Amino acid sequence: VAQTELTDTEIINKVLHGEQALYAHLVQRYQQYVFTLVLRFTDNREDAEEISQDIFVKAYRALADFRGESKFSTWLYTIVRTSCITFLRKKRLNITSIDSERTVKELENRDSGFSANAMEQKSRHAMVNAAIRLLSPDDTQVLTLFYKGEQSLEEIGRIMGLEPNTVKVKLHRARHRLKDTMEKHFTYELKDLQND
Amino acid sequence: MSSRIYKTINHLSANLQNWSDLYITDPNIKRMNTGQTMDDRLWDYIDGNCEPAEKATIEELLAANLDWQRTYRELLNMQQLLDSSELDAPSLRFTKTVMEKIAQHQVAPATQSYINKNIIRGIGAFFLTMILGFVIYFLAQVKWVAPTSDDSSSRLLKSVPDLGLENKINTASKALNSTAVALNSTTIILTMAVVVIMGFVWLDMYLQRKKAQSANS
Repeated sequence: VAQTELTDTEIINKVLHGEQALYAHLVQRYQQYVFTLVLRFTDNREDAEEISQDIFVKAYRALADFRGESKFSTWLYTIVRTSCITFLRKKRLNITSIDSERTVKELENRDSGFSANAMEQKSRHAMVNAAIRLLSPDDTQVLTLFYKGEQSLEEIGRIMGLEPNTVKVKLHRARHRLKDTMEKHFTYELKDLQND
Repeated sequence: MSSRIYKTINHLSANLQNWSDLYITDPNIKRMNTGQTMDDRLWDYIDGNCEPAEKATIEELLAANLDWQRTYRELLNMQQLLDSSELDAPSLRFTKTVMEKIAQHQVAPATQSYINKNIIRGIGAFFLTMILGFVIYFLAQVKWVAPTSDDSSSRLLKSVPDLGLENKINTASKALNSTAVALNSTTIILTMAVVVIMGFVWLDMYLQRKKAQSANS
């Protein structure tokens, strides 16, 4: 069996039995997911890269604790979340809901740079990514885990320590806010897309 | 405060829903009026999270109602945009750097293998003893004042034959007060803090030893 065809659990078992090099397959498999999630928390590629690397090292050290009760990705994203929250606490950023006045202010400050950037890049991907980055860390995390991380509502609940129904409500709200953000900042691009 | 407002709004909206049943007789409008917003119902439909009955209702509404059709198209666009959003890629050296970093580490033994229930119980007992100690200390701080002569309870006591209990209570109260004075000194508090810290140091050493033993075996 080619090493790349091995499932996550098979790779983990082999790594636990001393085949350390196989861990590289897990890193390659999940590096983009982890990096994207972290980048949406940090807004800085250098910080995101360093935190993502630390996350994989932490995951490696704690690999024996992965009992296979959930997907490896779900377990890994739990480490991502705790690492990102620790980073934000250190940076003294507010990670509370978007409703708070302070967060809205922070988002408005972040807004101009991103929208200018996205205006230059006319691509659809850049626009969505830029709009997602204008949301609060919690909203971006729910959206990224649901749409890119291949996680169900139950799995996102496990990662974020919430009930699936609460995750569902958070997802609805995050999509509402994304829609509002796009209508507010990317009106022309949205019209172009609709005309396409 | 915010949860109370949320509950009130929920309660009001639930009542409004029931009141609307009284005057809305058109089945089409009733079907539209479930308490959830149109967007939320459509998102559930798009995500495949709705019950078959709800799915059928939404399909009927989509076939007949222009508003629902327009919103559905908007949400589908949004869904496609979200699906098409790309993941960010880290630098090309990412995997190599991680592998270099983990070369300096070992997989730690599973938590279950070195955390034994007796240790958890021991920690629990340690904290319970500490709490008990503090409760006794604070009780000792209380000043046991004898009731005044016009107090109703003292009047009641007067009617009870004198068994010499008052003297005994006074003696006990004095003893407690002297203990409180002794415990109140800074030296005692400092000693207690040192004992607590030493307890933690000892516990840490014990866990480290256990961890090393399990790693060797």
